[in-house]
Amino acid sequence: MESLIACHECDLLYQRRSLPPGGTARCVRCGAVLYRHKRNSLDRVLALTIAGLILFMVANIYPFLTFRLEAQVQETTLISGVLELYAQGMWIVAGVVLLTSILMPLLELIGMLYILLPLKFNLRPWKLSFIFRLVRGFRPWGMMEVFMLGILVAFVKLAKMATLIPGIALYAFLTLIFVLAASAASLDPHIVWSRLDKRS
Amino acid sequence: MNKSSLTALNASLVSCHSCHLLCKATSASKGAYAVCPRCGTRLHVRKPNSIARTWALVIAAIIVYIPANVLPITHVISFGKAQSDTIMSGVIYFVKSGSWPIALVIFVASVFVPLLKLFLLTFLLISVQRKSKWRRKDRTRLYRITEAVGRWSMVDIYVVTILVALVKLGSLATMRAGPGAIFFAGVVIITIFAAMSFDPRLIWDTQE
Repeated sequence: MESLIACHECDLLYQRRSLPPGGTARCVRCGAVLYRHKRNSLDRVLALTIAGLILFMVANIYPFLTFRLEAQVQETTLISGVLELYAQGMWIVAGVVLLTSILMPLLELIGMLYILLPLKFNLRPWKLSFIFRLVRGFRPWGMMEVFMLGILVAFVKLAKMATLIPGIALYAFLTLIFVLAASAASLDPHIVWSRLDKRS
Repeated sequence: MNKSSLTALNASLVSCHSCHLLCKATSASKGAYAVCPRCGTRLHVRKPNSIARTWALVIAAIIVYIPANVLPITHVISFGKAQSDTIMSGVIYFVKSGSWPIALVIFVASVFVPLLKLFLLTFLLISVQRKSKWRRKDRTRLYRITEAVGRWSMVDIYVVTILVALVKLGSLATMRAGPGAIFFAGVVIITIFAAMSFDPRLIWDTQE
Protein backbone atom coordinates (compact mmCIF):
# COMPACT_ATOMS: atom_id res chain seq x y z
CA MET A 1 0.00 0.00 0.00
CA GLU A 2 3.04 2.28 0.55
CA SER A 3 3.60 2.34 -3.20
CA LEU A 4 0.13 3.71 -3.96
CA ILE A 5 -0.98 7.29 -3.58
CA ALA A 6 -4.37 8.92 -4.05
CA CYS A 7 -4.65 12.48 -5.36
CA HIS A 8 -5.73 14.60 -2.38
CA GLU A 9 -7.90 16.79 -4.59
CA CYS A 10 -9.68 14.30 -6.84
CA ASP A 11 -8.98 10.87 -5.28
CA LEU A 12 -7.47 9.23 -8.38
CA LEU A 13 -5.04 6.39 -7.59
CA TYR A 14 -1.44 6.34 -8.71
CA GLN A 15 1.57 4.09 -8.40
CA ARG A 16 4.29 6.06 -6.63
CA ARG A 17 7.46 6.28 -8.72
CA SER A 18 10.82 7.83 -8.05
CA LEU A 19 11.29 11.19 -9.74
CA PRO A 20 14.38 12.73 -11.33
CA PRO A 21 16.02 15.42 -9.15
CA GLY A 22 13.84 18.50 -8.99
CA GLY A 23 10.94 16.67 -10.64
CA THR A 24 7.27 17.14 -9.81
CA ALA A 25 4.48 14.58 -10.03
CA ARG A 26 1.13 16.06 -10.96
CA CYS A 27 -2.30 14.52 -11.14
CA VAL A 28 -3.22 14.18 -14.83
CA ARG A 29 -6.91 14.52 -14.10
CA CYS A 30 -7.08 17.64 -11.89
CA GLY A 31 -3.56 19.05 -12.05
CA ALA A 32 -2.82 18.93 -8.30
CA VAL A 33 0.81 18.49 -7.24
CA LEU A 34 1.10 14.96 -5.84
CA TYR A 35 4.71 15.02 -4.70
CA ARG A 36 8.07 16.52 -5.56
CA HIS A 37 11.60 15.26 -5.50
CA LYS A 38 13.67 17.34 -3.10
CA ARG A 39 17.40 17.10 -2.61
CA ASN A 40 18.69 16.73 0.97
CA SER A 41 15.26 17.71 2.15
CA LEU A 42 15.69 17.09 5.87
CA ASP A 43 19.20 18.60 6.14
CA ARG A 44 18.16 21.73 4.30
CA VAL A 45 15.04 22.20 6.37
CA LEU A 46 17.04 21.68 9.58
CA ALA A 47 19.56 24.33 8.56
CA LEU A 48 16.82 26.77 7.58
CA THR A 49 14.93 26.08 10.81
CA ILE A 50 17.98 26.96 12.94
CA ALA A 51 18.55 30.11 10.88
CA GLY A 52 14.86 30.91 11.28
CA LEU A 53 14.96 30.61 15.06
CA ILE A 54 17.91 33.01 15.30
CA LEU A 55 16.16 35.51 13.02
CA PHE A 56 12.97 35.10 15.03
CA MET A 57 14.78 36.09 18.22
CA VAL A 58 16.36 39.14 16.56
CA ALA A 59 12.99 40.14 15.08
CA ASN A 60 11.33 40.06 18.49
CA ILE A 61 14.01 41.62 20.71
CA TYR A 62 15.27 44.61 18.74
CA PRO A 63 13.36 47.77 17.76
CA PHE A 64 11.02 47.10 14.87
CA LEU A 65 9.80 50.50 13.75
CA THR A 66 10.36 53.97 15.18
CA PHE A 67 7.91 56.76 14.57
CA ARG A 68 9.07 60.36 14.88
CA LEU A 69 6.78 63.37 14.74
CA GLU A 70 8.59 66.60 15.57
CA ALA A 71 10.09 66.10 19.03
CA GLN A 72 8.04 63.02 19.86
CA VAL A 73 9.48 59.59 19.29
CA GLN A 74 7.60 56.31 19.52
CA GLU A 75 9.73 53.17 19.38
CA THR A 76 8.02 49.81 18.88
CA THR A 77 8.92 46.15 18.80
CA LEU A 78 7.09 43.43 16.91
CA ILE A 79 4.72 42.70 19.79
CA SER A 80 3.89 46.37 20.61
CA GLY A 81 0.85 46.42 18.36
CA VAL A 82 -0.57 43.30 19.99
CA LEU A 83 -0.09 44.76 23.48
CA GLU A 84 -1.66 48.08 22.43
CA LEU A 85 -4.70 46.34 20.93
CA TYR A 86 -5.05 44.35 24.15
CA ALA A 87 -4.81 47.54 26.22
CA GLN A 88 -7.60 49.05 24.12
CA GLY A 89 -9.85 46.12 24.96
CA MET A 90 -9.60 44.49 21.50
CA TRP A 91 -8.34 41.21 22.90
CA ILE A 92 -9.85 39.10 20.10
CA VAL A 93 -7.99 41.04 17.41
CA ALA A 94 -4.86 41.09 19.61
CA GLY A 95 -5.10 37.30 19.95
CA VAL A 96 -5.55 36.76 16.21
CA VAL A 97 -2.53 38.95 15.40
CA LEU A 98 -0.40 37.31 18.13
CA LEU A 99 -1.27 33.83 16.81
CA THR A 100 -0.79 34.51 13.11
CA SER A 101 2.27 36.76 13.15
CA ILE A 102 4.28 35.49 16.15
CA LEU A 103 3.06 32.31 17.83
CA MET A 104 2.34 30.07 14.82
CA PRO A 105 5.67 30.78 13.07
CA LEU A 106 7.50 30.21 16.38
CA LEU A 107 5.69 26.95 17.11
CA GLU A 108 6.35 25.76 13.57
CA LEU A 109 10.08 26.48 13.92
CA ILE A 110 10.34 24.82 17.33
CA GLY A 111 8.29 21.84 16.13
CA MET A 112 10.49 21.31 13.07
CA LEU A 113 13.65 21.53 15.19
CA TYR A 114 12.16 19.03 17.65
CA ILE A 115 11.50 16.59 14.81
CA LEU A 116 14.53 17.07 12.58
CA LEU A 117 17.32 17.26 15.14
CA PRO A 118 16.72 13.75 16.59
CA LEU A 119 16.07 12.31 13.11
CA LYS A 120 19.44 13.67 12.02
CA PHE A 121 21.09 11.55 14.72
CA ASN A 122 18.84 8.58 14.02
CA LEU A 123 16.89 9.04 17.22
CA ARG A 124 13.17 8.98 17.46
CA PRO A 125 11.61 12.04 19.09
CA TRP A 126 8.83 11.43 21.59
CA LYS A 127 5.33 11.72 20.05
CA LEU A 128 6.87 12.37 16.62
CA SER A 129 3.71 11.76 14.61
CA PHE A 130 1.57 13.90 16.88
CA ILE A 131 4.03 16.83 16.79
CA PHE A 132 4.49 16.60 13.03
CA ARG A 133 0.73 16.61 12.53
CA LEU A 134 0.48 19.72 14.73
CA VAL A 135 3.26 21.48 12.83
CA ARG A 136 1.59 20.72 9.50
CA GLY A 137 -1.63 22.10 10.96
CA PHE A 138 0.05 25.36 12.10
CA ARG A 139 1.44 26.01 8.63
CA PRO A 140 -1.54 27.83 7.04
CA TRP A 141 -1.97 30.08 10.11
CA GLY A 142 1.48 31.68 10.00
CA MET A 143 0.95 34.86 7.98
CA MET A 144 4.21 36.77 8.27
CA GLU A 145 4.33 37.68 4.58
CA VAL A 146 0.88 39.26 4.88
CA PHE A 147 2.13 41.18 7.93
CA MET A 148 4.99 42.47 5.80
CA LEU A 149 2.51 43.83 3.27
CA GLY A 150 0.72 45.50 6.20
CA ILE A 151 3.97 47.21 7.17
CA LEU A 152 4.32 48.51 3.63
CA VAL A 153 0.80 49.96 3.69
CA ALA A 154 1.38 51.54 7.13
CA PHE A 155 4.60 53.07 5.80
CA VAL A 156 2.79 54.78 2.94
CA LYS A 157 -0.03 55.89 5.21
CA LEU A 158 2.29 57.54 7.73
CA ALA A 159 5.03 58.76 5.39
CA LYS A 160 3.32 62.11 4.76
CA MET A 161 2.69 62.79 8.41
CA ALA A 162 5.91 61.78 10.14
CA THR A 163 9.27 60.05 9.82
CA LEU A 164 9.43 56.26 10.07
CA ILE A 165 12.72 54.59 10.90
CA PRO A 166 13.01 50.84 10.25
CA GLY A 167 14.91 48.91 12.94
CA ILE A 168 17.13 45.82 12.83
CA ALA A 169 14.16 43.67 13.77
CA LEU A 170 12.33 44.69 10.60
CA TYR A 171 15.18 43.45 8.44
CA ALA A 172 15.39 40.22 10.44
CA PHE A 173 11.64 39.81 10.00
CA LEU A 174 11.91 40.31 6.24
CA THR A 175 14.72 37.74 6.00
CA LEU A 176 12.74 35.32 8.16
CA ILE A 177 9.88 35.39 5.63
CA PHE A 178 12.26 34.18 2.92
CA VAL A 179 13.82 31.57 5.21
CA LEU A 180 10.38 30.18 6.10
CA ALA A 181 9.36 30.11 2.44
CA ALA A 182 12.58 28.26 1.53
CA SER A 183 12.02 25.82 4.38
CA ALA A 184 8.46 25.12 3.24
CA ALA A 185 9.67 24.61 -0.33
CA SER A 186 12.46 22.21 0.75
CA LEU A 187 10.36 20.03 3.02
CA ASP A 188 9.25 16.69 1.67
CA PRO A 189 6.72 15.56 4.29
CA HIS A 190 6.67 12.06 2.80
CA ILE A 191 10.27 11.46 3.94
CA VAL A 192 9.36 12.33 7.53
CA TRP A 193 6.28 10.12 7.42
CA SER A 194 8.17 7.18 5.97
CA ARG A 195 10.94 7.47 8.56
CA LEU A 196 8.23 7.40 11.16
CA ASP A 197 6.81 4.22 9.73
CA LYS A 198 9.99 2.18 10.04
CA ARG A 199 10.46 3.04 13.67
CA SER A 200 7.03 2.45 15.13
CA MET B 1 3.57 7.69 -13.26
CA ASN B 2 1.25 4.81 -13.89
CA LYS B 3 -2.23 6.09 -14.20
CA SER B 4 -5.16 3.94 -13.32
CA SER B 5 -8.69 5.12 -13.85
CA LEU B 6 -9.54 3.96 -10.36
CA THR B 7 -10.16 6.27 -7.44
CA ALA B 8 -9.28 5.41 -3.87
CA LEU B 9 -12.98 5.38 -3.08
CA ASN B 10 -13.75 2.77 -5.78
CA ALA B 11 -10.84 0.65 -4.60
CA SER B 12 -12.17 0.73 -1.02
CA LEU B 13 -9.14 2.68 0.13
CA VAL B 14 -8.98 5.72 2.38
CA SER B 15 -6.28 8.34 2.01
CA CYS B 16 -5.13 9.73 5.37
CA HIS B 17 -5.72 13.51 5.61
CA SER B 18 -2.39 14.10 7.36
CA CYS B 19 0.18 11.76 5.89
CA HIS B 20 -1.61 10.59 2.71
CA LEU B 21 -1.05 6.92 3.52
CA LEU B 22 -3.61 4.74 1.78
CA CYS B 23 -5.46 2.49 4.21
CA LYS B 24 -8.02 -0.22 3.66
CA ALA B 25 -11.50 1.11 4.32
CA THR B 26 -13.03 -1.04 7.02
CA SER B 27 -16.62 -0.68 8.07
CA ALA B 28 -16.16 0.42 11.64
CA SER B 29 -18.95 -0.49 14.03
CA LYS B 30 -21.13 2.27 15.40
CA GLY B 31 -19.27 4.67 17.70
CA ALA B 32 -15.90 3.22 16.79
CA TYR B 33 -13.67 4.87 14.25
CA ALA B 34 -10.60 3.95 12.24
CA VAL B 35 -7.25 5.67 12.66
CA CYS B 36 -4.29 5.82 10.31
CA PRO B 37 -1.79 3.11 11.31
CA ARG B 38 1.13 5.40 10.49
CA CYS B 39 0.29 8.78 12.01
CA GLY B 40 -2.77 8.15 14.16
CA THR B 41 -5.11 10.63 12.45
CA ARG B 42 -8.76 9.70 12.37
CA LEU B 43 -9.61 8.37 8.91
CA HIS B 44 -12.41 9.72 6.75
CA VAL B 45 -13.26 8.76 3.19
CA ARG B 46 -14.20 12.42 2.64
CA LYS B 47 -13.94 15.40 4.96
CA PRO B 48 -16.81 14.86 7.43
CA ASN B 49 -20.06 16.75 6.66
CA SER B 50 -18.12 18.83 4.20
CA ILE B 51 -21.08 20.44 2.44
CA ALA B 52 -23.10 21.25 5.58
CA ARG B 53 -20.09 22.64 7.44
CA THR B 54 -18.93 24.74 4.52
CA TRP B 55 -22.45 26.15 4.01
CA ALA B 56 -22.69 27.03 7.70
CA LEU B 57 -19.35 28.83 7.64
CA VAL B 58 -20.10 30.63 4.36
CA ILE B 59 -23.44 31.90 5.71
CA ALA B 60 -21.79 32.96 8.99
CA ALA B 61 -19.11 34.83 7.05
CA ILE B 62 -21.72 36.65 4.93
CA ILE B 63 -23.50 37.81 8.10
CA VAL B 64 -20.28 38.95 9.80
CA TYR B 65 -19.14 40.68 6.58
CA ILE B 66 -21.84 43.36 7.02
CA PRO B 67 -20.71 44.84 10.39
CA ALA B 68 -17.10 44.38 9.24
CA ASN B 69 -17.72 46.90 6.48
CA VAL B 70 -20.22 49.21 8.15
CA LEU B 71 -18.47 49.72 11.51
CA PRO B 72 -15.29 51.79 11.74
CA ILE B 73 -12.02 49.88 11.96
CA THR B 74 -9.95 52.86 13.20
CA HIS B 75 -10.53 56.02 15.23
CA VAL B 76 -7.93 58.77 14.95
CA ILE B 77 -7.86 61.58 17.47
CA SER B 78 -5.59 64.35 16.22
CA PHE B 79 -5.42 67.87 17.75
CA GLY B 80 -8.75 67.26 19.46
CA LYS B 81 -10.46 66.24 16.22
CA ALA B 82 -11.80 62.70 16.03
CA GLN B 83 -12.14 60.80 12.77
CA SER B 84 -13.47 57.30 12.20
CA ASP B 85 -12.63 55.17 9.18
CA THR B 86 -14.28 52.10 7.74
CA ILE B 87 -12.48 49.82 5.29
CA MET B 88 -14.06 51.55 2.30
CA SER B 89 -13.36 55.07 3.58
CA GLY B 90 -9.73 54.02 4.07
CA VAL B 91 -9.60 52.96 0.42
CA ILE B 92 -11.20 56.25 -0.65
CA TYR B 93 -8.67 58.17 1.45
CA PHE B 94 -5.80 56.50 -0.42
CA VAL B 95 -7.41 57.19 -3.81
CA LYS B 96 -7.88 60.86 -2.92
CA SER B 97 -4.33 61.25 -1.64
CA GLY B 98 -2.99 59.77 -4.87
CA SER B 99 -1.64 56.49 -3.46
CA TRP B 100 -3.27 54.39 -6.15
CA PRO B 101 -1.21 51.21 -5.67
CA ILE B 102 -1.94 51.12 -1.93
CA ALA B 103 -5.64 51.84 -2.51
CA LEU B 104 -5.69 48.91 -4.92
CA VAL B 105 -3.88 46.58 -2.47
CA ILE B 106 -6.33 47.40 0.34
CA PHE B 107 -9.36 47.15 -1.94
CA VAL B 108 -8.31 43.80 -3.41
CA ALA B 109 -7.26 42.28 -0.07
CA SER B 110 -10.08 43.58 2.11
CA VAL B 111 -13.09 43.92 -0.15
CA PHE B 112 -12.57 41.90 -3.30
CA VAL B 113 -10.89 38.76 -1.91
CA PRO B 114 -13.46 38.00 0.86
CA LEU B 115 -16.33 38.52 -1.59
CA LEU B 116 -14.60 36.41 -4.25
CA LYS B 117 -14.04 33.62 -1.73
CA LEU B 118 -17.65 33.63 -0.56
CA PHE B 119 -18.90 33.73 -4.14
CA LEU B 120 -16.62 30.88 -5.30
CA LEU B 121 -17.41 28.67 -2.30
CA THR B 122 -21.14 29.21 -2.81
CA PHE B 123 -20.77 28.34 -6.48
CA LEU B 124 -18.73 25.20 -5.69
CA LEU B 125 -21.22 24.08 -3.03
CA ILE B 126 -24.21 24.49 -5.36
CA SER B 127 -22.43 22.77 -8.25
CA VAL B 128 -21.49 19.81 -6.02
CA GLN B 129 -25.01 19.56 -4.62
CA ARG B 130 -26.44 19.56 -8.12
CA LYS B 131 -23.96 16.77 -8.96
CA SER B 132 -22.68 18.88 -11.81
CA LYS B 133 -20.25 17.31 -14.30
CA TRP B 134 -19.37 20.67 -15.78
CA ARG B 135 -15.61 21.48 -16.13
CA ARG B 136 -14.39 19.60 -13.09
CA LYS B 137 -10.75 20.54 -13.61
CA ASP B 138 -11.57 24.24 -13.73
CA ARG B 139 -13.75 24.00 -10.64
CA THR B 140 -10.89 22.27 -8.78
CA ARG B 141 -8.71 25.16 -9.88
CA LEU B 142 -11.25 27.63 -8.47
CA TYR B 143 -11.08 25.78 -5.17
CA ARG B 144 -7.29 26.06 -5.17
CA ILE B 145 -7.65 29.84 -5.66
CA THR B 146 -10.05 30.19 -2.72
CA GLU B 147 -7.61 28.26 -0.54
CA ALA B 148 -4.59 30.34 -1.55
CA VAL B 149 -5.90 33.92 -1.47
CA GLY B 150 -7.76 33.96 1.86
CA ARG B 151 -4.81 34.78 4.07
CA TRP B 152 -4.09 38.06 2.23
CA SER B 153 -7.32 39.57 3.57
CA MET B 154 -5.58 39.78 6.93
CA VAL B 155 -3.51 42.73 5.71
CA ASP B 156 -5.92 45.39 6.97
CA ILE B 157 -5.88 43.92 10.48
CA TYR B 158 -2.09 44.11 10.46
CA VAL B 159 -2.14 47.71 9.23
CA VAL B 160 -4.38 48.61 12.17
CA THR B 161 -2.08 46.74 14.57
CA ILE B 162 1.00 48.60 13.33
CA LEU B 163 -0.76 51.97 13.34
CA VAL B 164 -2.08 51.71 16.91
CA ALA B 165 1.43 50.82 18.10
CA LEU B 166 3.06 53.74 16.31
CA VAL B 167 0.52 56.55 16.48
CA LYS B 168 0.45 57.01 20.24
CA LEU B 169 1.45 60.61 20.64
CA GLY B 170 -1.10 61.79 23.20
CA SER B 171 -3.05 64.89 22.14
CA LEU B 172 -0.98 65.26 18.96
CA ALA B 173 -2.29 62.06 17.38
CA THR B 174 -3.66 58.86 18.85
CA MET B 175 -5.07 55.89 16.98
CA ARG B 176 -7.51 53.35 18.32
CA ALA B 177 -8.88 50.19 16.74
CA GLY B 178 -12.63 50.22 16.08
CA PRO B 179 -15.21 47.44 16.45
CA GLY B 180 -15.16 46.79 12.69
CA ALA B 181 -11.73 45.22 13.13
CA ILE B 182 -13.16 42.44 15.33
CA PHE B 183 -15.78 41.54 12.72
CA PHE B 184 -13.31 41.83 9.88
CA ALA B 185 -10.85 39.46 11.59
CA GLY B 186 -13.87 37.18 12.08
CA VAL B 187 -14.66 37.19 8.34
CA VAL B 188 -11.06 36.27 7.47
CA ILE B 189 -10.86 33.43 9.99
CA ILE B 190 -14.32 32.04 9.17
CA THR B 191 -13.65 32.03 5.40
CA ILE B 192 -10.31 30.25 5.93
CA PHE B 193 -12.11 27.55 7.92
CA ALA B 194 -14.81 27.41 5.22
CA ALA B 195 -12.22 26.76 2.50
CA MET B 196 -10.59 24.10 4.71
CA SER B 197 -13.85 22.26 5.34
CA PHE B 198 -14.73 21.96 1.65
CA ASP B 199 -13.56 18.70 0.09
CA PRO B 200 -12.57 19.16 -3.59
CA ARG B 201 -12.87 15.40 -4.17
CA LEU B 202 -16.64 15.86 -4.05
CA ILE B 203 -16.35 17.64 -7.41
CA TRP B 204 -14.99 14.39 -8.91
CA ASP B 205 -17.24 11.91 -7.11
CA THR B 206 -19.94 12.22 -9.76
CA GLN B 207 -17.65 10.66 -12.38
CA GLU B 208 -19.37 7.62 -13.89
